[in-house]
Amino acid sequence: MFVKGEISNFKHHYTGHMYFTLKDEKSLIKCVMFKGYTSNLTFVPKDGMKVMILGTVSVFERDGVYQIYAKAMQEDGIGDLHAEYEKLKAKLEAEGLFDTSHKKKIPFMPKCIGVLTSNTGAVIRDIINVSTRRNPNVYIKLLPVPVQGQGAAEKIAKAIEIMNEKELADVIIIARGGGSLEDLWPFNEEIVARAIYNSKLPVISAVGHETDFTIADFASDLRAPTPSAAAELAVPQINEVQEKISSYEYRFKNALIKKIEFMKLRYQKCMGSKAFRDPMQKVNEQYMIIDNVIKKLEFIISNKVKDEKTKMIKIISKLDALSPLKTLTRGYAITEYEGRIIKSVEELKEGDKIKLTFKDGSKKAQVI
Amino acid sequence: MEKVNFEESIQKLENIAIELEKGELSLEESLTKFEEGMKLSKQCNEIIENAEKKITVLLEKDGKLEEQNFELEE
Repeated sequence: MFVKGEISNFKHHYTGHMYFTLKDEKSLIKCVMFKGYTSNLTFVPKDGMKVMILGTVSVFERDGVYQIYAKAMQEDGIGDLHAEYEKLKAKLEAEGLFDTSHKKKIPFMPKCIGVLTSNTGAVIRDIINVSTRRNPNVYIKLLPVPVQGQGAAEKIAKAIEIMNEKELADVIIIARGGGSLEDLWPFNEEIVARAIYNSKLPVISAVGHETDFTIADFASDLRAPTPSAAAELAVPQINEVQEKISSYEYRFKNALIKKIEFMKLRYQKCMGSKAFRDPMQKVNEQYMIIDNVIKKLEFIISNKVKDEKTKMIKIISKLDALSPLKTLTRGYAITEYEGRIIKSVEELKEGDKIKLTFKDGSKKAQVI
Repeated sequence: MEKVNFEESIQKLENIAIELEKGELSLEESLTKFEEGMKLSKQCNEIIENAEKKITVLLEKDGKLEEQNFELEE
């Protein structure tokens, strides 16, 4: 049978046996683990520890009490860790730490890749190998951090801050190999999630195996299933990039050649057009039009002149008929006194010196 | 060297290619774009070619981070 509870009154007897009480909120029971079994323990039991025990229940006749004879014992933190994980995840999610809108784009070709992981082991080796295979001239900066155990979370968070403070890289990879939930625990701690969220540099997380989802994975800008995959996401295949660039050059050249050919065609079409084959034609046409207009103008003007001439002759003959000179030729004379033309005898008195104008000149006379 | 954002440059290259291929630009504009594109692609290539392999480790020494060459332990 399995029993779960918290250890209290723990005594490790000099004989090697362990005596303690297992309790929960409502009940308690005495336990004993004999020396033969204690050697299999993977941890040192302490008061307050939550454990799961495999054993049998029997009566200790001397004291008349039931007790558990434990054969194996395991720390029972795991259930709690799961609960803590879910709780923190829900809390941070509600706070918006996992929001897609906050996620930063991973640069296409970072000049420098900052790697936060242990400086020994397969993880950094895998990252270096994959990165250099994709880009032989890659720049990787390793900032070693402990990836498990007490204090690891704080150090990981601090390392993220250091990378940001001095902008030591263009992208950060936080990586760790596979392990148990406890091993991965630093990556489930709030301080790491917040450091990732606050990081101005984009963060790729690669913690554990493909099936492990840590809080850090949710907070990061990009989750890679493995450290090798993280390197693939951060480092572009450089020969592909070079091919892409030369494909652009090819496209530019092609487009320009096409443009020039197109212009050439247009030019040829222009040169082949009537305007260029016989450029004077248009001019000549215009000359003809001008000539026509001039001819028309000349005709109109000469007509006008003729009309005016006839009109003038008519007026002149009319004028002639009305002219006083004409009257004078018939024997009349114009009488003037002091420059005035005299029209009545009343206007003259005796002795006035007057001027008489005839058709061929004038004479002075005196009224008598 | 002036700081060239590689990703932006690639995007620019793409834009120039599309514009040139449309063929709507005047010949002069096309030539300008072409030159701009070739210059940009040269810059990108230079960035790649001038890159050096560097694998370093940041170690704390007297309270300061020091960058040293990193060798993988076999």
